Amino acid sequence: MADKELTGAEIVVSCLRDEGVKHIFGYPGGAVLNIYDEIYKQNDFKHILVRHEQAAVHAADAYARATGEVGVAIVTSGPGATNAVTGIATAYMDSIPMVVITGQVPTAAIGQDAFQEVDTVGITRPCVKHNFLVKDVRELALTIKKAFYIAATGRPGPVVVDIPKDVTQHACHYDYPASVSMRSYNPTNKGHAGQIKKAAQMLLEAKRPMIYTGGGVVLGNAASQVTELVRLLGYPATSTLMGLGGYPAPDPLFLGMLGMHGTIEANMAMQHCDVLLAVGARFDDRVIGNPKHFAKEARRIIHIDVDPSSISKRVRVDVPIVGDVAQVVEEIIKQVKSGKERPDASALKAWWAQIELWRAQDCLKYDRAAPVIKPQFVIEKLYEVTGGDAYVTSDVGQHQMWAAQYYQFAKPRRWINSGGLGTMGFGLPAAMGVQMAYPDAMVACVTGEGSIQMNIQELSTCKEWNLPLKIILLNNGYLGMVRQWQEFFYEERYAESYMNSLPDFVKLAEAYGHVGITIEKPEDVEPALRDAFGKHKDKLVFLNFLTDPRENVFPMIPAGKGLSEMILV
Amino acid sequence: MRHIISLLMENESGALSRVAGLFSARGYNIESLTVAPTEDATLSRMTIVTRGSDDVIEQITKQLNKLIDIVKVQDLTDGSHIERELMLVKVRAVGDQREEMKRMADIFRGRILDVSDKTYTIEVTGPGSKLDAFLDALDPAVILETVRTGASGIGRGDRIMKI
Repeated sequence: MADKELTGAEIVVSCLRDEGVKHIFGYPGGAVLNIYDEIYKQNDFKHILVRHEQAAVHAADAYARATGEVGVAIVTSGPGATNAVTGIATAYMDSIPMVVITGQVPTAAIGQDAFQEVDTVGITRPCVKHNFLVKDVRELALTIKKAFYIAATGRPGPVVVDIPKDVTQHACHYDYPASVSMRSYNPTNKGHAGQIKKAAQMLLEAKRPMIYTGGGVVLGNAASQVTELVRLLGYPATSTLMGLGGYPAPDPLFLGMLGMHGTIEANMAMQHCDVLLAVGARFDDRVIGNPKHFAKEARRIIHIDVDPSSISKRVRVDVPIVGDVAQVVEEIIKQVKSGKERPDASALKAWWAQIELWRAQDCLKYDRAAPVIKPQFVIEKLYEVTGGDAYVTSDVGQHQMWAAQYYQFAKPRRWINSGGLGTMGFGLPAAMGVQMAYPDAMVACVTGEGSIQMNIQELSTCKEWNLPLKIILLNNGYLGMVRQWQEFFYEERYAESYMNSLPDFVKLAEAYGHVGITIEKPEDVEPALRDAFGKHKDKLVFLNFLTDPRENVFPMIPAGKGLSEMILV
Repeated sequence: MRHIISLLMENESGALSRVAGLFSARGYNIESLTVAPTEDATLSRMTIVTRGSDDVIEQITKQLNKLIDIVKVQDLTDGSHIERELMLVKVRAVGDQREEMKRMADIFRGRILDVSDKTYTIEVTGPGSKLDAFLDALDPAVILETVRTGASGIGRGDRIMKI
């Protein structure tokens, strides 16, 4: 019996079905109309229509961050693709597995400056893990399979599949490959046994150890292994912004986040340790500041990462281990357990005594008696009211740092923010992606009045899908982080950082069919949050907290300075 | 330090721009780049001459390896190797110069490929330094045009890059 041939559009939809995709985020347009026609006819997955392509990609990205699955977005050619670029770059910087399908003008029109034509493969090349232009329908299924495989394996990342319109019309036999192997792409998962042995030995010899975990621990599902290793050794641990939740924050071995807005104890321990274990982290500029300053103190470094190019990029390391972080940490645990050697208890005791002195400076203190709402207080209350069990997305700026500092993430994949690219406008669509994945979960979007306006149109998508997420707007009237830098480094010349004539956010929320509440007094913070997660549990609630406009994020390491050069309150 | 990096990549459209894009995006320099399909038509072989500190070269090879279309990367400078470059030079050749040019080409084992009543076109092959020496030996006034391919390289003896 001759198989029925499928059109390219049918193949796209069949591939997504066979890949087990449940949700895709997108926006239709001319070049993808054939695909949308097939989406219309099927019931295997839901399509969420956003109001701007950037939001589709952020939502798919956050869906991936929260679930560990590959996120999927679909947009049309030309402006659809260019609008998606910020979302793609965001996912690329944070290594998020995602497949973005973009429509393209028909193959015969490529290069003719056709209507809604743009060189999508060219534009996205520097911000994708890989991309494809599919010129022949017979290559479509294999290409989509490869896209999912590349996106999810090794160091994950976004993959763009650009499909000309005529390819979606042509037909061929459909067969979705069960697996794919590529001679040019074979990520290393198993760490080198000799290096693992060396790492275990070095860890046990440490007098002043430190364990530094990054986004790779979350993405590599290594949180339980890392937690076990830290507890087995009794060593201090810290996380980057991207790694939060990889080790439970309320645990006493955890020193808080490190980096530009990290705690004193985390930054000082990082600077003064003698053996540093870096897991799925990349020593970036917001984490260690100036690498020369960092290198002033002698320490031996063990670095585990799935991406060889992350190792010895900014900081020379002594024991590099390329591999899957969960597998490698597991092996190190085995090594430590099987040997007789134990950490040097007296050295460790002295080290912890030093760390406790740093910790006693209580660098995250703030004025709790203030008559105005302190943004830190809102986050602390959010943590209490949600029992630490919410998915928290954020935008970019002061509110992001406060959320990272004061919401004590105990589980991985709960903290969802744009760490690498720093994309304002990420928070709301990200919250949509998470809420689609987990309809019953508490989802909070911590945002600022600058960021929220960058994708505010998505309140309409939220209404369409009745997404009961909570928007925690820390409204200080300023682009707060810009204002903070201007206060510290530009002699208080507040160039364009004050937003005059903000909208009435309560009315705005109501206009979109949601609940809006403005909170002006500290004593009203907790009741408002309780209402949002209680009485209005099933609704989107837009909480407009009017916060202290002059509050700053502390500690702070000025750009280009070292870890021990923090500005404190 | 000057390094010659050799790589095998899938002969896909756009593969070259991935390599070129990587170098420009990360601020690495390219002194020369040559590329052509191999005896296996699905693979292209590329030779890149670049300069950088050891750290930079390490990053370049790692970043190249990370590109999905690249199958193999080798820093030829890590071991003994041969490199060759081809140059075509068009020179003015009139009167006494014609004999002089012919001699000069012979000394450098060049070949005259094309002759007109006023010009010779000479082919010279060798390491870049030999081609430089040939140009230096000529009176700049007689050089009308030069074309160089950039270096191609291969390992010596049993040093083979193949899949």
